Amino acid sequence: MPKHELILLKNMMQPGYTGSLSDYEKTGGYQALRKTLGKIAPADVTAMVRKSGLRGRGGAGFPTGVKWGFLPKDYQGPRYLCCNADESEPGTFKDRQLMERDPHQVLEGIVLSCYAIGAETAFIYIRGEMVLGSKILEHAIAEARAAGYIGKNILGTGIHADVWVHRGAGAYICGEETALLESLEGKRGLPRIKPPFPATHGLYNKPTVVNNVETLANLPHIMSRGPEWFAAIGSPPKSTGTRVFCVSGHVKRPGNYEVPMGVTVRELVYEHAGGMRSDQPIKAFIPGGASAPFLTPAHLDVKLDFEHVAAAGSMLGSGGVTVMEEGTSMVWAALRLMEFFYHESCGKCSPCREGSSWLVQTLRRILAKRGRMEDLETLLDLCKNIAGRTVCAFGDAEVAPIQSTLKYWRQEYVDLINEAEAANLIKLEPVGKG
Amino acid sequence: MTFSEKYKDEITDILSRYPVKRSALIPLLYVAQRDQGYVTESAMQEIAQLLRLTPPQVYETITFYTMFNLKPTGRFHLQVCKSLMCALVGSDTLFGWIHAKLGIGPGETTADGLFSLSAVECLAACGTGPMMQVNDDYYEQLTEDKLDRIVSDLRSTGTSPLKSGPFMWPEAVESADRPSS
Repeated sequence: MPKHELILLKNMMQPGYTGSLSDYEKTGGYQALRKTLGKIAPADVTAMVRKSGLRGRGGAGFPTGVKWGFLPKDYQGPRYLCCNADESEPGTFKDRQLMERDPHQVLEGIVLSCYAIGAETAFIYIRGEMVLGSKILEHAIAEARAAGYIGKNILGTGIHADVWVHRGAGAYICGEETALLESLEGKRGLPRIKPPFPATHGLYNKPTVVNNVETLANLPHIMSRGPEWFAAIGSPPKSTGTRVFCVSGHVKRPGNYEVPMGVTVRELVYEHAGGMRSDQPIKAFIPGGASAPFLTPAHLDVKLDFEHVAAAGSMLGSGGVTVMEEGTSMVWAALRLMEFFYHESCGKCSPCREGSSWLVQTLRRILAKRGRMEDLETLLDLCKNIAGRTVCAFGDAEVAPIQSTLKYWRQEYVDLINEAEAANLIKLEPVGKG
Repeated sequence: MTFSEKYKDEITDILSRYPVKRSALIPLLYVAQRDQGYVTESAMQEIAQLLRLTPPQVYETITFYTMFNLKPTGRFHLQVCKSLMCALVGSDTLFGWIHAKLGIGPGETTADGLFSLSAVECLAACGTGPMMQVNDDYYEQLTEDKLDRIVSDLRSTGTSPLKSGPFMWPEAVESADRPSS
């Protein structure tokens, strides 16, 4: 197995590491905070993060330092940091491990980010189901507060940063940053129309930064080892650092694997995840969570970084790599994901709300061998009228499974429909005639 | 005793975290759900008063989220993930086992009121599927034997050592453990 230096998962891989404050401090924890607070100007911290090339690990991959730079410089009122711990993208389970096994690494990142953007309050918006994670974080916050790393006058520097855990209550859309803010304000989690962006009008209409857990966990390492070190890892210049890839599906050893960006899926599956569970060939994989279009074995050597995965027609997204073996029905797989999106559509925009229901019904019909050949065009037509026509990116995400499976495995759809017609299960006039 | 009297300190603590009261809505709904197993209409009305919201504002929020129960459920709420990643590794079989053992399908509760079953979407444990959440706890890498043990543990002791975690300071986390939701 190729050895790569672990950064984010390093501590928790040590035998006996509990994630407690004293364990974290023994590994050099909170040294970045000591080195940074009051010693490096906040603007310089932002510049360093920009220089490191760190991009958001939640899905969109927006450069973190640039995002911070959008906050108004001269604004006098409060600013907020929200740590997006709503991890709900099917196929993604890295933030949960980062929070449960090494919570202080995340907290140190949060305080560093607060310092850089001038926020005195941070909320960790954790998905409601992760009760264990929220308890671990609350416990870690109490430890850090007692040790002077969180709260008023941190380490005697006169800098304040308070951190609160706020549990969601079961809604995928709340991982979308503006829906997260709505939810944190105690409302239905409906995404907001942008602009204005959270940088100027965020939580309570105040300047706000929303960063993913893994993004924040990288900050202590960037501050202690320097942006140049970070920028040299992975696939510079545009995809720097490591990614914690969540490998799931038909592999021998599913789990989280931290590797430099730019390794191939082939390496990830065969070198790290132990290969395929029944030694069947790979039929399909999703490189970046449910919202990322399916790819084929022809893409096994695509480098897993933002640019190469995008060039291959998919997206790196949240780093959830789901692998399917030969024999998996792609129509069934697309339907399973489509049912997810149908369930999770927030209902704000009609193309997504109605369209997701129609897509599910059409797919179910095809899978139940009651489909018609026109259904394929109907599916594509619906997709075209959803993507790009909604307030948030959910609309683009929900059409990905259908468009990509139709692109690469159209014959499976056609076969199911032919079976339907051969079995004479249903006789219908073409839509719109007679 | 009313809801706000019973949980006075906890409510004050929650309210102190937020500069705008309405943000405390979901946390307070969790307190109410922990109290009764579901959120009662009277709790909703009290929470509306506490936060200076109208009852419809509370109701519109609570109905958006899947984790709030508006009516009583079984004592143990089995929530089995049915999303693609768990389905690839056998979550459909898991539903079959549960049906064989408890005689319930998604949306149903056993006659003794002990177990309810729901099919839920991804719970961020795709590397350890098939999996389910029972009340607050995750149970992962489920097999038929494991499921048997969990069900019998739940019946006899109300919990099961097969649940995930705690991953750190077992004593501390357990003692600070406020049974929630």
